[in-house]
Amino acid sequence: METTYYIYNLIANSTTELIAAVIVAIIPLLFILPYALVAIYGELKISAFMQDKLGPMRTGPYGLLQPIAEVFKLLQKEDITPDAADKPLFNIAPVLIFVGSYAAFAVIPFSSYFAPSGLNVGIFFAMAISSLAVIAIMMGGWSSGNKFALLGAFRSVAQIVSYEIPAAMAVLGIAAMANTLNINTIIESQSGWFWNWFLFGGQGGIEKIWVIPFTVVMCVIYFISSLAECNRTPFDLVEGESELVAGYATEYSGMKYAMFYLAEYANMFVAAALITILFLGGWSSPLGDILNGPIWQLAWFVIKTMSIVFLQIWVRWTLPRIRVDQLMFVCWKVFLPISFVCFLAMALARMVQ
Amino acid sequence: MNETKKIIEYSQIDSDRMRINVGPQHPSTHGVFRAEVEIDGEIVTELVPHIGYLHRCFEKHCEKRNFHQIVPYTDRLDYVSSMNNEWPYIMAVEKLAGIEVSEKVEILRVICAELNRIANHELCVATFGLDCGAFTPFLWLFRDREFALAILEKLSGGRLLYNYFAVGGMQKDIYPELKKDIKAFVKRVRETVVEVNNVLTYNKIFVNRTANVGILPKDVALSYACSGPVARASGIDYDLRKNEPYSVYNRFDFKTSVIREGEERHGCVGDSWNRNWVRVLEMEESCKILEQAIEILPEEGDVTAGIPKKVKVPKGEVYAHAESPKGEMGYYVVSNGKDIPERCRCRSASFVNLACLPDIVRGTMFADMIVILASIDIVLGDVDR
Repeated sequence: METTYYIYNLIANSTTELIAAVIVAIIPLLFILPYALVAIYGELKISAFMQDKLGPMRTGPYGLLQPIAEVFKLLQKEDITPDAADKPLFNIAPVLIFVGSYAAFAVIPFSSYFAPSGLNVGIFFAMAISSLAVIAIMMGGWSSGNKFALLGAFRSVAQIVSYEIPAAMAVLGIAAMANTLNINTIIESQSGWFWNWFLFGGQGGIEKIWVIPFTVVMCVIYFISSLAECNRTPFDLVEGESELVAGYATEYSGMKYAMFYLAEYANMFVAAALITILFLGGWSSPLGDILNGPIWQLAWFVIKTMSIVFLQIWVRWTLPRIRVDQLMFVCWKVFLPISFVCFLAMALARMVQ
Repeated sequence: MNETKKIIEYSQIDSDRMRINVGPQHPSTHGVFRAEVEIDGEIVTELVPHIGYLHRCFEKHCEKRNFHQIVPYTDRLDYVSSMNNEWPYIMAVEKLAGIEVSEKVEILRVICAELNRIANHELCVATFGLDCGAFTPFLWLFRDREFALAILEKLSGGRLLYNYFAVGGMQKDIYPELKKDIKAFVKRVRETVVEVNNVLTYNKIFVNRTANVGILPKDVALSYACSGPVARASGIDYDLRKNEPYSVYNRFDFKTSVIREGEERHGCVGDSWNRNWVRVLEMEESCKILEQAIEILPEEGDVTAGIPKKVKVPKGEVYAHAESPKGEMGYYVVSNGKDIPERCRCRSASFVNLACLPDIVRGTMFADMIVILASIDIVLGDVDR
């Protein structure tokens, strides 16, 4: 799609290509930081609403400055590296985990006029690069020299690697239906009114109605798997406070700890963005050609994604945590067979077309 | 049952085991309990409990204080149900000294004990949910516990450690709006219990986490002398309020919440879910007792009138026990005729109930261990004394 590189070309024409590349790469970072503050504030306020309390009230009007205050608190803290730690690994891990989630932004299109990269295998890249978090968590957990951290890392690897399979099945199903791995093309094939979203079986007339249950189930499976991949409740056994103190992050303090949390929120956004792209039509307007300009597309994309983020927060403050064997049971014996069936149905729908 | 057996079979695989210290500084040990756990992957193969981090020489202190001065010390044993700690001690001394108290005092004591029982169970159910990862019901229950504490504060002046019971009476008289406050509180508790049941107790994830986990069979519970909700969840019909009705408990209409074979709603008799369920049921029974108690509580009469300046106790020894929220709380007081007891031995429920932990934890998952520990409902002040 020629407009994908609109901003890049705009900058490259007036300056050099290098500057354009740097600026385009920095734009997602400029988005992540304010987004993380908003998400933290949202998490505090939504949980406060659910728990019948006020949430932050003292820092600024309505406690709006609370996330900033928290970041400054973490910045001031002493940066402790335990004696038993494997120092290089211990120090690299928080950076690496953020690299994984930041790199995934490279293929996320915010609008038809802006995607940092219009990679042909975009969705594949996003899946692969966000798995880098496993390595970072394993590094952090193992190098801390703490048994709780090690246990948390073990759990994390088992969990994230397992849940990638149902998630990959969902992606595969969409790739089959859209006949591409290119994110922009996937979104374009859902353009038009909202019933053209892959959540509702993609493009097609009334005859596609039989595939809708399968795509909806696939969407739910993908949502739950993405929760597990982000280590969010009910799958936060990795850092399950009541068992493993703070899991792989037990020994981390100060800014390194903040990096883990920044990465968690960035990961949440990536997961939500992928759901939006795969099932909810990405940046395309739900109302067909109405309100479908480039800026509106950005707004639609952020609205859709933030709704999914809200759902993630909602689930977190509602459900208890599940146990590690139940986690594996759900993945291998429930999600995997169901996602295979759904995949077959979605592939069949593509063949029938 | 089946699930537990399966887990043990997996643990037969030879692999290295890890010894890990859970506590004394750990979010889920409910204080400074330290469990030295040997784990094989995720499965607990052995648990060695270490207690004593909060030992405050309660019994030795009692040998240096007169009978009135001991009451504040009893507050600090199980600090989330102080009223229930004071009562058996007062009962023991009154029995020894032959002091009779008025009807108003007895009923007021029942009200205090039941209010504190609800507060304790709310805390326990809340932290049990928290240990399973559910944060929201935790705060709902804490919000409600606040109302119980507010009533007790208006009565006694303290929010946690009341020092309200006295030998021969109560330290302060009731306040005028007591009945209205209790009625409002009971209504509130019932609403919250329904809410919490919907969000937590009947939640599929929660049931999967706790049902059939940490099964304490009836005979094991008996051999460990378990009492309170732990025993009743294992099918032992033992509630001192019913079995040996002390004070005026025989005047109230309430049920003992026992989980019997075949009557369990989820899981099986003696598992963690049912231990929690007994507490939920007991909150309702306590509400019933409260409602009846405020009906018959006389307005007239001075509850402080019967308190002697100096407790005159003849030579002798006595054991008195009462049903605290955690189980049977008893004091064995020996007097040699002076105004200081010669010995004051305390039997606390948490300590005795905790003893069964290594037995029921063996072969479960690491996460289950936390759940089982929470379901026993220990308070370290009560374990270490």
